Amino acid sequence: MSQTSTMAGASRVAATNAVQEARGPRPKPFFTPRKIIIYSLLVVFSMYYLFPLYVMFTTSLKSMPEIRFGNIFALPVAPNFDAWVKAWTSACTGLNCQGLAPGFWNSVKITIPSTIISIFIAAVNGYALINWRFKGSEIFFAILIFGSFIPYQVFLYPMVIIARELGIFGTLQAVIIVHTIFGMPILTLLFRNYFASLPQELFKAARVDGAGFWRIFFEIMLPMSLPIFVVALILQVTGIWNDFLFGVVFAGTQNYPMTVQLNNIVNSAQGTPEYNVNMAATVLTGLVPLAVYFVSGKWFVRGVAAGAVKG
Amino acid sequence: MADAAVPLDAGAETTVNRPSLLKRILFNNLPAKIAALPMMVTVLVVFVGCTIWTIYYSFTNSKLLPTGKFVGFDQYERLFATSRWNVSVTNLIAYGAMSLVFTLVVGFILAVLIDQKIRFESAFRTIMLYPFALSFIVTGLVWQWIMNPTLGLQTTLRNLGWTNFSFDWIANPRMVLFALLIAGLWHGTGFCMVLMLAGLRGVDEEIWKAARIDGIPTWRTYVSIVLPMMRGVLVTALVIIGSGIVRLYDLVVALTNGGPGISSEVPAKYVFNYMFSGGNIGQGLAGATMMLLTVVIIMVPWAYLEFGGKGRRT
Amino acid sequence: MQNSVSIRDLSLNFGSVKVLEHLDLEIAQGEFIVLLGPSGCGKSTLLNCIAGLLDISDGQIFIGGRNVTWLEPKDRGIGMVFQSYALYPQMTVERNLSFGLRVAGMKKDEVEKRVARAAEILQIQPLLERKPANLSGGQRQRVAIGRALVRDVDVFLFDEPLSNLDAKLRSDLRVEIKRLHHRLKNTMIYVTHDQIEALTLADRIAVMKNGVIQQLADPHTIYNRPVNLYVAGFIGSPQMNMFTGTLSDSTFTTEDGIVIPVETYAFDTPATGSTAAVLGVRPEHIVLGDETAGMPFTIDVEIEIVEPMGSDTLAWTKIGGQAITFRCDSDVVIATGHKVRIGFDPARGSIFSAETTNRL
Repeated sequence: MSQTSTMAGASRVAATNAVQEARGPRPKPFFTPRKIIIYSLLVVFSMYYLFPLYVMFTTSLKSMPEIRFGNIFALPVAPNFDAWVKAWTSACTGLNCQGLAPGFWNSVKITIPSTIISIFIAAVNGYALINWRFKGSEIFFAILIFGSFIPYQVFLYPMVIIARELGIFGTLQAVIIVHTIFGMPILTLLFRNYFASLPQELFKAARVDGAGFWRIFFEIMLPMSLPIFVVALILQVTGIWNDFLFGVVFAGTQNYPMTVQLNNIVNSAQGTPEYNVNMAATVLTGLVPLAVYFVSGKWFVRGVAAGAVKG
Repeated sequence: MADAAVPLDAGAETTVNRPSLLKRILFNNLPAKIAALPMMVTVLVVFVGCTIWTIYYSFTNSKLLPTGKFVGFDQYERLFATSRWNVSVTNLIAYGAMSLVFTLVVGFILAVLIDQKIRFESAFRTIMLYPFALSFIVTGLVWQWIMNPTLGLQTTLRNLGWTNFSFDWIANPRMVLFALLIAGLWHGTGFCMVLMLAGLRGVDEEIWKAARIDGIPTWRTYVSIVLPMMRGVLVTALVIIGSGIVRLYDLVVALTNGGPGISSEVPAKYVFNYMFSGGNIGQGLAGATMMLLTVVIIMVPWAYLEFGGKGRRT
Repeated sequence: MQNSVSIRDLSLNFGSVKVLEHLDLEIAQGEFIVLLGPSGCGKSTLLNCIAGLLDISDGQIFIGGRNVTWLEPKDRGIGMVFQSYALYPQMTVERNLSFGLRVAGMKKDEVEKRVARAAEILQIQPLLERKPANLSGGQRQRVAIGRALVRDVDVFLFDEPLSNLDAKLRSDLRVEIKRLHHRLKNTMIYVTHDQIEALTLADRIAVMKNGVIQQLADPHTIYNRPVNLYVAGFIGSPQMNMFTGTLSDSTFTTEDGIVIPVETYAFDTPATGSTAAVLGVRPEHIVLGDETAGMPFTIDVEIEIVEPMGSDTLAWTKIGGQAITFRCDSDVVIATGHKVRIGFDPARGSIFSAETTNRL
């Protein structure tokens, strides 16, 4: 070719006989500097993320003398679950030595109803916002979303007063209601966007067939919403289980959820700290969300991504 | 548009006697309004009502009970004359700036690494995101143990022969914010990575092809072409991370409880302590109002860009 | 003269899936080649292989006499235009055109010269300071072509460049691409699933199916002498009428026993004995009324449906049990139920072996 481009010129000159015989796929060395850099970075980052998990588990399986030896890298010499048993049944928070078990059951009692109620209300909200808009419905929604960014501290005190006036302050009901309220923005957004993505003709056809608000919701919309329910379920179960602030404010001492009890066991214990028990308690508290995370896999990713991406 | 879904009974009404405005507001589309009642109550009572209540009583001298009389900006003057509050605010700004920058940078780098058609992609992704499933309490307690100066990482490395190794950040007023940062990044960068990765994967594949034909190096394509295309994701990440930082509370309680001394106090904790154990509600409410103000300052430009801009484009 | 692009024994597998198999293609300097086929036939894949965006499994690719099999896309001397335009959204048109050149470290005045020339050829000078978001679809596609133009290369690759445009704009830009080719005279390889684009633009069309080139020929040959049933069926709208039947000596007998004399047909391979065959006749080669005089085959039929298309009229009827369409002038008055005489000359049709589906 006469009009060789200046850009490709250099490499054209470099075209040797070897290249003239090039055939098939480009030769690719197994180790390139690029690959080595990528994988070493990934491994270094992975170690940062995995190290605490490793430490948490190994420490919980060690005995105190072993821990005092001062090597948190070491695997337990004689792994045993003594610390786990103690954390579950008899670890002390102040004078109260009942372990984490009551906190676990409180968390269960809070998480299950809060999850169900908040998801149901949000699903209805999302449905009403998309298919049954009324004057002002979008304004309510906008305030709801904006409100989700406001720090909880702004609402806490007046809500305590309201709960006290209603006579539910310091009960499980109060925590459940609070979780329902503060789960509403994100879940409503989730359901609203999901229902908006469904074909509107379906809703219109049901209207023409004479179905009303609730019939369409239960018989048309819900059966099609399984994926978004799974996402919402994951979001709520982990979110509510992990809550600390609402539990400590609204539940009352008898109803403290697991996170609050865990913090009390570790941070307000009397006497010599038992690090193996502390870590066992931490592992136990983390197990539920970890199980949800590892079982749900991609759904969890979808959940956090859906929570972040606005309509 | 707003009433698009109520044509059936709306049509009937126009031919018969048109009901009064009040009746229409109450009874049009009634089942939907009943269904949305919890949302309306939440919005009116909690998000609007409680916010106004908090702002109002932050101008009173409420002590143990919110019955005080109006005192203007007294609570705010006292707030900014309190060293604990000022330390809290300084901490939040320092921690927030570092956390924001590192979360975005690390999240982006991780997403780019994951995006390189690597083996075991889902395994790496799982490893990076699992801390986000854990609570801040668990996060704080694990790192508290790792950073424990007497038996944690510092002692371990010293015992292994690195005798002058020092890692006492958690007990060192000057370094404690970095301890907080390490734990915070551990918890949140995976989430940022997921967002960024979604952004990267959303870029048209033909853009990458065009860049290859143009002979643009991979790093240059990321920096000059792909990153600017991810504006939406970046802004979303910024808002979410930012509002999370303002809320920072559980992690501090679990990791340092504000210590040593008051060197890792944050506003959310200050407010909480004054409201529920300090016996000075007015102070707590004034602090809460300042937090609200911060979020408004973050949110308004974003809302303007996102929603104000959209209107003009279409 | 040396071929501009030469593809030798090219194969591409994704794992065990064979996408392209032992494909050969020689393209002359300055030729306009269209790769045509339905989606999934491997035409875009082939283009990406030529561009170097996909690594091939076996074979060689030469561009301008150079073996480019292992070269990076930027070093192959090609420019490419994409379906989604793939313009860099945050850069102005000027930056879009010049970005690759600047990254390559080209001198500023040379960059400006090339951008100015491309802008002049494509008449996008007024748009240089705009961002892609503020351009119409047609303008964006022109900028995308400009980005290939500034690279000053011998071979242009187009990957369905007009598919995202509406019909009107598509035909306008089609003419412009043709004009561009006349002016620049570089080799162009153009992928499309639109047969009108293929027929109007190409010097030669390569009809592809399942990763294999079925026929490579000029548009006239492709349309009038398709090599097999697949090409015959794929090209032409409405489809070619196909009669299945038996061919013996110089008569074709349809399944319904209608005899069509085919003495006038020029066989590629002389028929021997009696074989199962398919006779194809394009709708516009069927004539009506007085024009049937002298046609080797005529028959009286009843019109079932009439579709006036404006420029001409399509009529649906049956010959035996076989539904057929034919095209007639829009001035001809016919309606459902009319009894008319139609006829055609098999010389203008195509006969395929029912067994091999190849042209006889």
